[in-house]
Amino acid sequence: MQRPKRKNPVLRTRLPTLPPAARSRVALGLTAAAALGRFELQQCRDCGAVQYPPREACQKCLSVVLDWKAQPAEGELLAQTVLHHSNDLFFRERLPWRLGLVKLDCGPTVVAHLHEAVQKRVRVRAMLDRAGQAVIAALPDKETTDMADDRQLREFTCDPKHRKVLVTDGKTALGQALIKELVSAKTEIVWVGYAEPWKKFAGFDELEKIPQVTLIPLDVTDSKNVRELAAEIAGKVDIVVNNAEHHRSFGIGNRQGVETARAEMDVNYFGLLRLAQEFGPAMRSRGADGSSSAVAWVNLLSIYALANFPPHGTFSASKAAAHSLAQCLRAEMRPAGVRVVNVFPGPIDDEWNQLLPPPKVAPAALAKAIVGALREGIEDVYPGDVAQEWLARWRDNPKALERELSA
Amino acid sequence: MSVLAELASGLAGGKIRVIDLTQTLSPEFPSISLPPEMGQAWPFRIEEVSRYDERGPAWYWNNFSCGEHTGTHFDAPVHWISGKDLPHNATDSIPPERFIGPACVIDCSKEAAKDPDFLLTKSHIEEFEKRHGRIAPRSWVLMRTDWSKRHDPAEYQNYDEEGQHTPGPDVEAVKFLVAERDVLGFGTESIGTDAGQAYHLRPPYPCHYYMHGAGRYGLQCLTNLDQLPPTGAVVIAAPLKIRNGSGSPLRVLALVHE
Repeated sequence: MQRPKRKNPVLRTRLPTLPPAARSRVALGLTAAAALGRFELQQCRDCGAVQYPPREACQKCLSVVLDWKAQPAEGELLAQTVLHHSNDLFFRERLPWRLGLVKLDCGPTVVAHLHEAVQKRVRVRAMLDRAGQAVIAALPDKETTDMADDRQLREFTCDPKHRKVLVTDGKTALGQALIKELVSAKTEIVWVGYAEPWKKFAGFDELEKIPQVTLIPLDVTDSKNVRELAAEIAGKVDIVVNNAEHHRSFGIGNRQGVETARAEMDVNYFGLLRLAQEFGPAMRSRGADGSSSAVAWVNLLSIYALANFPPHGTFSASKAAAHSLAQCLRAEMRPAGVRVVNVFPGPIDDEWNQLLPPPKVAPAALAKAIVGALREGIEDVYPGDVAQEWLARWRDNPKALERELSA
Repeated sequence: MSVLAELASGLAGGKIRVIDLTQTLSPEFPSISLPPEMGQAWPFRIEEVSRYDERGPAWYWNNFSCGEHTGTHFDAPVHWISGKDLPHNATDSIPPERFIGPACVIDCSKEAAKDPDFLLTKSHIEEFEKRHGRIAPRSWVLMRTDWSKRHDPAEYQNYDEEGQHTPGPDVEAVKFLVAERDVLGFGTESIGTDAGQAYHLRPPYPCHYYMHGAGRYGLQCLTNLDQLPPTGAVVIAAPLKIRNGSGSPLRVLALVHE
């Protein structure tokens, strides 16, 4: 993929449109799995038949006990066609569009969006489209060069390649790992925020040397600062990675007063609110701005957003608040096709988790997972084994996880 | 003519100039930094309530928040452990006549330009007195360093791996001003009445320790001290009347006879 030409500034920016978004409640099961990057189809508990499209009763034995289960995501292309006409506003603007029928190895035949390089054998993925709903994409069975550049695939992913990214905190090890990861993903520009500019931080000089990086003072607790920065760059930002966080390890009883908790809320919750209010509108207006449109908003949350970890109790509460607000942001960004990606790491291997025993997620691994999620189009990211395990425990029994975390 | 009438006519006629020694309160102005595990003062923050819009159609106003020790601010004796049990030691209980007093301005700008860790000593003060006369009791002693001219927050804070490097008084100077000259308080242009490295003095933070321990006050983040004469100015520095407040941002004014 060539670097896209600079936008002609005298032409109107197209308004975003969305592909058809209506789904039944049952069909949202496919979306729920796709949001995590999983391929799940319903499987009949009685006769074992795999179902597609999602339905209320087994197509083979009429049993109503259908479980969403991970399925092998491979199959064979039966037929393909290229759409040259559509009355749907979204596809109309993206013609021609390649579609096909894929016979899955697990049974059903599905309609899939076809990558330009697919041959007979294909891998399938359930992916979220711009409306945030799951569709099935068929990809070449083996990795091809620049596979992610496919024009249709880029409509489902949030690939940072050739895009411009704001990372809200460059002071932390995670922030710096994110920048490296984004730069190697061929990001065009990385704006890097750093609070309290009078405190020079480790790694500053290295960041300054990266040609794609522009360092900018940014304190998400300062509304004026956020507003003025947005006025300057929000119209160009394609991806926001909000990794600014305030983390202290206190519960209720071992810290007097509310100042620490308030500082956590101010960064983790109000910081997100300030950024969303100032950067959201400009990004929404650029949801369909060519091949490098505004495309994603990443929030660094925490697995503790799902269930409170009492030794870091006020931090957990601030992340739960941020999670709730991120759901609001997701709803507000969806009409523009801008995806809100929530990241739920377990403890990060940093100074504020010093006293927690391993395993802790390394900043570099977390950065990889975040950029990977953008490239794969995943919406809810549980990076690493710890977060995956906690997610499984939480999904299985939230009450049990609450008790385990408070033990 | 009474003294006050003379003052009023002096102000009206321009014979007495009012000099603003206050930095503008803004989110960009550097705030004091403590080790991150400690409690932190709020920096100055401002949020719009309405601006002639649907939130309030005909009026503009803001909510602001900050710590007691933000921007140009006043330190009351209760701020420091050494002053915690003194009478009249808080912003609401200090007698109001203490908020107006004469000022001696000791020019250390050349020394501070050469050495950011410059410490004002007793002999510097004696040198000042040789030229400008003995410091009168209940005077503010203001240390001019031109630090306020460092507009870049990084230069103003002047941090390196060993912490902050800003000028201030040494132990003997503070003890001398309190015990021998009975001063009202001590004022600086940098963040803190003590030097940036004053944690390593004995006792740590001597200006806080001895001034507040003797019921005296502090002023910091002052500006425009270069516009004041060495003696003769009168400083008005009245903190907000916060109940049991340890300090407060305030407007500091100096009256100067032309």
